[in-house]
This record gives sequence, C-alpha cells and structure tokens, in this order.
Amino acid sequence: MFDSLGDRLQGIAKRLRGKGRLTEADVDEVLAEIRTALLEADVNVGVVRDVVARIREQTIGITVSEALDPSQQIIKIVNAELVAMLGGETLKIAYSSIPPTVILMAGLQGSGKTTSAAKLARWFKSQGRQPLLVGADLQRPAAVDQLRTLGAQVGVPVFSEPGDPVNTARRGLEEARRLGKDILIVDTAGRLAIDEEMMQQVADISRAVIPKYTFLVVDAMTGQDAVSVAKAFDERLAIDGVILSKLDGDARGGAALSVKTVIGKPIAFAATGERIDAFEQFHPDRMAGRILGMGDVLTLIEQAEKVFEADQAEETAARMLEGQFTLEDFLEQLQQLKKMGPLSGIMGMLPGMPKEMKDAQVGDDQVKLTEAIIRSMTPHERRSPEIINGSRRTRIAVGSGTQVADVNKLIKQFTEMQKMMKKMGGLAKPQGKQGKGKNKVSTRQAMRELGDMFGGAGGPGGFPGMPGAGGPGQFPPFSK
Amino acid sequence: MLASATTNIAIALGASGTGVAILVVLRSRSNRTRTVASPAVETSADDVNVPTVVKTAEATVTPTVREKAGRTRSLFASAFQSIRGRGIDSATWDELEETLLLADIGIGLATRLLDPLRAAVKDGSLRSPDEVIAALREGMTAQLATSDRSLHLDAVGSPNVWLFVGVNGVGKTTTIGKIATAQTAQGTTVLMAAGDTFRAAAAEQLQVWAERSGAAFVRGAEGGDPASVIFDGIQSAAAKGIELVLGDTAGRLQNKSNLMEELKKVRRVADKAEGVVNEVLLVIDATTGQNGLAQAREFAAATDVTGIVLTKLDGSAKGGIVFAIETELGIPVKLVGLGETAVDLIAFDPSEFIAALFE
Repeated sequence: MFDSLGDRLQGIAKRLRGKGRLTEADVDEVLAEIRTALLEADVNVGVVRDVVARIREQTIGITVSEALDPSQQIIKIVNAELVAMLGGETLKIAYSSIPPTVILMAGLQGSGKTTSAAKLARWFKSQGRQPLLVGADLQRPAAVDQLRTLGAQVGVPVFSEPGDPVNTARRGLEEARRLGKDILIVDTAGRLAIDEEMMQQVADISRAVIPKYTFLVVDAMTGQDAVSVAKAFDERLAIDGVILSKLDGDARGGAALSVKTVIGKPIAFAATGERIDAFEQFHPDRMAGRILGMGDVLTLIEQAEKVFEADQAEETAARMLEGQFTLEDFLEQLQQLKKMGPLSGIMGMLPGMPKEMKDAQVGDDQVKLTEAIIRSMTPHERRSPEIINGSRRTRIAVGSGTQVADVNKLIKQFTEMQKMMKKMGGLAKPQGKQGKGKNKVSTRQAMRELGDMFGGAGGPGGFPGMPGAGGPGQFPPFSK
Repeated sequence: MLASATTNIAIALGASGTGVAILVVLRSRSNRTRTVASPAVETSADDVNVPTVVKTAEATVTPTVREKAGRTRSLFASAFQSIRGRGIDSATWDELEETLLLADIGIGLATRLLDPLRAAVKDGSLRSPDEVIAALREGMTAQLATSDRSLHLDAVGSPNVWLFVGVNGVGKTTTIGKIATAQTAQGTTVLMAAGDTFRAAAAEQLQVWAERSGAAFVRGAEGGDPASVIFDGIQSAAAKGIELVLGDTAGRLQNKSNLMEELKKVRRVADKAEGVVNEVLLVIDATTGQNGLAQAREFAAATDVTGIVLTKLDGSAKGGIVFAIETELGIPVKLVGLGETAVDLIAFDPSEFIAALFE
C-alpha cells in the first residue's frame, strides 16, 4: 500500500525543524506531499485543487511553534480543513409526521444497495421502529431473494412482486400503511448514472413513494467517478445523504470527501463490515485522518477514555515496564481491549503501527482462544508461567479446547513479550524510578522505543504526533 | 492536565494493544464461521424446466469500447481542445495531469507518463501541443503493449477451470453468466459452480444465468464450504465430459486475511480436482480508484491471477486503474464488460481502450 503521509512528511519535518518561519518553498514541498496523499486516497482532482489552495493561504508565514514541528502544524491545518469539509455533525433522522417515513436507496450496480437496505432496516429496528423492506430491484437476477434472506436475518418483513418496479414500490407503500409500519425502505436496481431510461425509472419510483430520505449508496473504493455519479443522481433524485459502503476495506475513502463537497449532502451512514450489524452513523470528524492516512488517533483516545480507567492503565503500564506483567494482567487487558470493539479496528487506528501489523488480521476469535487458554490456568500458573510443565500443558489444552502446541506458543510468545517489555523498562528507568508523575514520562519514552523497534533502524520512528521527550502530552495534529 | 492524562491512556493502551497484537497475530489463524460443510446439490439445466436459451448473441452486434465508453468521452477531448488552442505552457502540464488523474490512472503513473514528455519539450524534440498529445498516447499504448490476453481453453480430456475472484459487487456472477452464454453459443460445454456460498441468493442469481445459457449448474448449501462446491463442480464436469468449468467465488475485501485464506484453499482444492485451472480472473469494477492496485496485488498473491476482467466500462468511469495494474503487476486485462446483456462482454483491445479515452 501507499506510504502514509505521516511517514513521508518525517523527512521534510526533520529539515524544517529549527526554522522559525516557513517559506513559500517549504510550504510547497509539504503541500505537494499532501496533494499526493489526497489523490492516492481518491479525492477528486478538483476538490484536491481547492483544498490545497485554501491550505496554502492559511500556512504561508505561520510561525513555527515549540510544540509542533512545521509539518505537524500543516497537517493540523489540513485535518481541520478536511473535517470542516466533511461536515460537522452526524445526520439526525427526522421522521415523517404521517408514517411511514419512506427511504429510497439508489446507486450504481454493486455499490451495496441491497445489503445496505437490510442493514439500515436493522438500524431502524434498533431505534425502536418497525420497518418494511421493499424489493424493487427486478433487474438483477435473484436480487429480491437476496433481500428476503437478509430481511429474515434482521427480522424485517420484505414486500415485493414481479412486474414493474414503480408499481411494486407503490404497492409496497400501501402495504406498509396497511401493516402499520412506520419505516419503508425501498431497494432499487443498480443503474448507471448515464443510463437515461433507468434514471427515469428511479425518478418515477421516487415520485410514486415520495421519500423523506433518498440515500445514495457509494462504494468506499470508488475513484474519481464518484463525483459525476453523485451529481447525476442528485440532479435526478435530490439526494439527502450518502451511505458509504465497504468502509471496512483498506481504501482510504476519498470518495466520501468528494461527494460531500460536490453535492453538499452529508454522509449519513457507513458500512463497516460484512456482518449485518456492522453499520453505523457516520462520524465525519473521524474520516479526515483516514483519508490523510494518519491513523485515527482521535477515535482511539475517545474509545480509550470510555473504557480504560486512567489509574489502572497507568499502573499496568508501569508494571509492564518493570517486567512484572503477568498473564493475569494480560487477560485483564484483553478484556478491556475487547470492550473497545473489534481488534482489527483498533489496530488500524494506531498511527505508526508497522504496516505488517496493521495489515495482519487480528481476529477476535484468536483473542477468544487466548482468553480460553489463560482461563484454563490456575492463578499460580498465570503468575508464574515457568511452572507450566508437560502435564499442566496437556490439562490446559484440554480445558481450553485447544492443542498443546497452542498453549506452548502462547507461553513462548508471552515470555518474549515480557522480555521485550523488561528491556524497554530498563531503557526508561533513569527517569522513572518511583512516583506516578514520572512514570508517565517513562511510559511515553518506552513507547517511542517500541515504535522505533517496529519502525526499523533509522526508519520513520513510530508514532507520529508523539511529542518529544517530556513534551506536553498531546497529539498535535488532532487536538481541536 | 486532561490532555496529558488521555495521552497516557492511549500510550498504555498502545503498549498493551501492541502486546496483544504480537501474541495474537502470531497465533495460527482460525476460520470465520462460514464453514458448515454440506454436500453439494447438483442440478443441471436439463433437469429443470427451462425456457430455451435466449440467443441474443446472434441478433446483436458486438459493442465496442469506443461506442459504449465514448458516451462520456468529453473528459480527454475537452482538455485536449483547450491545450491545443493555447500552446505549451505550465498550465498544459497541470491540465494533462488532471485529465489522467480523472481517469483514475493514479498520480504515480501520471507522473511517469508526463515527465519524459516535459523533458522532450524542454530539449525541443516535441514542439506543438499536438505532438505532446500524440506522444502521450504513444506512451500509454506502450504501457499496454506486451501481454498475452488470450483465455486458455487448451486442456484436453479433462475440464478447463476458470475461477473468478474479486471484491464485493464488481460483477463476478454477471461476468460468469456472460462468459457461459458466449461459450455455449460457440459450442463449448459449460458447467457453473456456485462457489459464492456466503452472499444471500448468490447461487440463485448464478442459476438464472445457467438456465439462460444452458450451462450445467452445481451448487452447495448457503454457508457451505466454497472449496468443496468448486471441487464437486470440476469432478462432475470431468465425469460428464464437460469442457469448461466456471467457478464463482464470494466477493471479499482483500484486507480480510481469513477470507483470503479461504480463497487460497479454493484454489488449492480446485487444483486437486480432475481439471486444469488455467485461468483465475480478477474482476475489477471500472469505477474503482487507487484501491484497485491493492486488490490486484492481494488477489494475485492469494490465487495466481492470470488476467483482469474490467467491468462496467459503459458508465462514466474510465477504468484507468488497469494501466497501473498491468504495468506494475504485469497482470493483463483480458475482458471488458460494457453492459448488462450477455453480448456486452468483449475481449480487451488496448488500442480501442486508449482510443476511447483520446477521441
């Protein structure tokens, strides 16, 4: 994949460090990298041109502050700009005073309309509503079957009848009224924006059901064409919002920014996985970091705040560095980590995380297995894994439903991790022997070491946005 | 104060997260709960009462990329017009670059295409805008010059197997339907194996195509093991002397390693059956942006992709990402999808493709 913008800016940042004021040439250099990053994220060329121009105005002549290096300062400006462009708030659904609230799904073939329709139905259900799905995609073979299967999965009835899609949609509306459903979601066939006949058909469907919301489903992997598609659908249907599908892929999703900018309608929902519940309201502020390829530190901190208790985390970190980190601590952390959502998501949010690790799938199933193995140990074994001999291994394997080899692997890896932590603790020692306040410094420093270890010798050391030793504890590019 | 507290949390979390990752990543991978083995159910077009094959193939003239994609050709044409009217200046290069970018060619390749032209203008070997545009066209043509774009159907005595892979929603199933229609029309006997056991009603969708084209059809239960469906399909084709097996697979995002492992297994198991896997076709949607390169890289690593099928080129998207895929990864584009009917899948012709961009 692409080098992250953070990595690329490291080199420039080094050279600019110590400069009091940025020259136009400095700014150009940084902006060129930002432009490339945005283009690689599939942000529309025209949108990129505008963003870069606006950022240039804001950056020339800025004074370099002590806390941030110049490239970080520019990234901060870029980030703020992107967040502003993506729109400040999540869309609040207003329900029709006379039910049902009708929702029309539209988009290109394969963008994910049918799946999104079912996911949306599930979302409304979770809001206490009673949706009805209408299958008006009579074009693609078995599209209605697919909707019926998905509808059954989420426990939402599906109405469809063969013949004319416009008529089917109209009859669906009657059916919703008859059944007293308060939400009607109409799935339509995928169509090309330039297919006049098909665009007329979806306009007719829209006229027949008069939707409160018309959502355009856009694949997060879409390239430059996203803009023309969005424009064409908006002209025809007056789009109210966008559903961004397949956001669980590794595309940076610049299309979201382009579409939002060009048609000025919010990204309402995002599909974040294949599972039917992997669907959430879109948080524009979190998308900026992804498009820039900077890692969504903000989300991470937010989630961490929710889950972790500060003292406990600090204590664990300190113990970890002292080399006293036991399997028991590890189990506890696993559980807290689990509360934060799927692990792969968390890994993706850590900036500076080495690529191999980000790309590697961190399956929650594997966490479950690890948990099972540790739970099958006695407290004594968890504290001193060295006492685990052959017969204990067999017992643990049987108890956790795993193989002895799995138990061995876990113990071996845990020992290695412990060694590494000890080493880091040693590195950090001079500053943090006792007292909580000092522990903070040592922890931070140790993390930098860890980052460097993964970043490779001389490579882009780890966690961008990590302040220098003893610096103020902030993530500069993302503090708002 | 608050800020530094949160930082600490994040760091501690980072530390533990990393630890977890070290442990977890190294552990052997477990499969997603897609695998409920069940015997494949076999039906064939002969068993089902199917209306005869719709022979649209003979009635309709094969479309060309220029006709279909040409409907929105104003992109390059208008840029060139403005360039021609002005002479070469700094804006020329910006305009050319933006035009290439709008076709999803990517900033890397766009730079590689334009840099030599810029140098040539500087040293005087290119003088007029027309010459620059012609040189650009040549450069792009050269990118797609040397490739074997033929589809291999050369196994004799045992079935040829073509597998179809790709991310969700690119048109794998539809592509198989179109190929089956074309092949049966040419007299090749075809069997479709519904290896997409994940998406609801994917097998039904394929079955409709089987009925339309008169191909035999093998499916498993929804949620069943895709590898065994493909295997059964090949075995069944071998037993009946069917020449070509088209194996559908579920769409999957290339960063889901468990699903990519599943796909590797499909490939491995297909190789064990009594057929020859001589094509693995990666289907890519023309609207795909720069992520297409990552798709090609990962799918190629998992399944030894032999070619690309570029679908939905009849829309407003230009499909420029295939330039990057072909040049950087050496995977040839073999087929192009230009619409929803069976005849709308044609052999990829680079000069037509480039002409559609330029004219």
